[in-house]
Amino acid sequence: MIEARGLSKKYHDTLVLKDVSLKISKGGLTSIIGPNGAGKSTLLSMISRLTPMSAGTVEIDGLDVTRTPGHELAKRLSILRQHNESTLRLTVRDLVAFGRFPHSRGRLTAEDQQHIDEAIHYLELGEYQNRHLDELSGGQRQRAYVAMVMSQNTDYVLLDEPLNNIDMRHAVGMMQLLRRAADEKGKSVVVVLHDINFASCYSDHIIAMRGGQLAYQGTPEQIIRSDVLSDLYDIPTSVHELNGQRICMYFRELI
Amino acid sequence: MNSSPIKHHTVSWLIALTLLVFVLSVISLNVGASRMNLLHLFTQPDDRITQLLFVSRWPRTLALILAGASLAVAGLILQMMARNRLVEPSMVGTVDAAALGVLLCAIVAPGMALWLKFGVATAFSVTGTLLFLTVLKRIPLRSALIVPLVGLVLAGVIHAVSGLLAHQFELSQALRSWNSGDFSAVLRGRYELLWVAAGIMLLAAFLADRFTVIGMGKDFATNVGVNYQGLTAFGVLLVSMIVASTVVIAGALPFIGLIVPNLVRLITGDNLRRAIPLVALAGSALMLAADLLGRVLIHPYEIPSANILAISGSLVFLIILLRGRKQWA
Repeated sequence: MIEARGLSKKYHDTLVLKDVSLKISKGGLTSIIGPNGAGKSTLLSMISRLTPMSAGTVEIDGLDVTRTPGHELAKRLSILRQHNESTLRLTVRDLVAFGRFPHSRGRLTAEDQQHIDEAIHYLELGEYQNRHLDELSGGQRQRAYVAMVMSQNTDYVLLDEPLNNIDMRHAVGMMQLLRRAADEKGKSVVVVLHDINFASCYSDHIIAMRGGQLAYQGTPEQIIRSDVLSDLYDIPTSVHELNGQRICMYFRELI
Repeated sequence: MNSSPIKHHTVSWLIALTLLVFVLSVISLNVGASRMNLLHLFTQPDDRITQLLFVSRWPRTLALILAGASLAVAGLILQMMARNRLVEPSMVGTVDAAALGVLLCAIVAPGMALWLKFGVATAFSVTGTLLFLTVLKRIPLRSALIVPLVGLVLAGVIHAVSGLLAHQFELSQALRSWNSGDFSAVLRGRYELLWVAAGIMLLAAFLADRFTVIGMGKDFATNVGVNYQGLTAFGVLLVSMIVASTVVIAGALPFIGLIVPNLVRLITGDNLRRAIPLVALAGSALMLAADLLGRVLIHPYEIPSANILAISGSLVFLIILLRGRKQWA
């Protein structure tokens, strides 16, 4: 379980996260949604110890993230941030192999190779595995980074907008993959999503943030409702049930 | 699965560069002000030849190999820490700080023991490099070109301080010799410090994966459980020790740390586990070639290898800049 208590983040004099307390139970897929500047990414990077907190604590299965050694946490929790611009010329396979670093410290075993192969296969990167990252399209590169996080094989997988730069087919593929990681491998997946319909169709639990605070949380049935979403995003929305999935319409206001 | 084309490629280059270093070493042993042919060692051995070989030629050649390899690797590590391919120790203040340290030794305690001088130079190098990395963290980076510019400004300031001090204490000529490295004064007993540089280079090779991770940035490193700050600090120490030992023994040798890693990345990419052996060998080859050229061009006199490196290095640097125009802007 991920447990955050009284999390705050201050940049200079602005509070970007205000006293957020929440629990994310083990297993399943949790989406974090909310308008721009809601503090979604800040929350995710504080949970994953990338950004120091101004106040509060985060525990992963009872381990305080600020006190647990980094290499121990790296075996339990992986994080992929939104912007992964690297100037290094690495091959896809090299990058994915770095996901095994917490486990093998650089000496790759046969088991490591298996995890690497599996991650490359899952993200359909087989034909690109020996290409350099700078020779790939934005979407392929994004998938390579996700494959790296997958090969890290941690109980908790945190992804900040993994659908960025990805076309429809690969976005669906990515969400199915994350769903399978939760269902078949028992992983706890936490994703920041901008597309609320992906959040609606794939999540077990949705956390809605606004203005640096927790606005709503609950199951998709509780959150994907026109009153909740209209309030959250401050635009008119309507939610329709299509083929058993709750779909939010907001693209063009009905006159 | 493991036999990727890049690995084959890397192995071929490894063999080619090893041969090149070997050939250049043999030539280096044969060339100098005094006439000598390595074959005479077998056909007509005499004391003069063995003396010349083991006191002068062999130490010089070995020094070139060690200095070239370790400086090239130091450049690569620095590029990982700065996350920028356009820097090297002589462009960010590391080398100038080491020279300032050596200068202060000469002012305060002339004739100071070599290893003490090395310690002082290392301490100054570490300070200079940390200063650069700290400034880098605090300025907004709108273009990759800002990074070498910041480094050059810092290096320039340190250089000016040294110049002023040297002028005050009438050590300008000595400073000039530290600022333009050459190996003409390297004899047996006066190059062994470079083994320290070589040992540090091996340590860096051992930590190759970690430095690649550092090059991917702080978040990436933290995610895979690498202590970013700790390893960066250690990297600064490694680079500084390599630079300090070469400055104490030969003087500043510019551009090796810049052009060698940039050429090698075209061959094998930036996975340091593959790149470091190639960078080390290519660094040795470049250093041997520059020194040989300096010995041959105005024979029997010598041009400092630093000058040869500066001329050829700046040309290659320009080509790298122009080729990667889109990338840096």
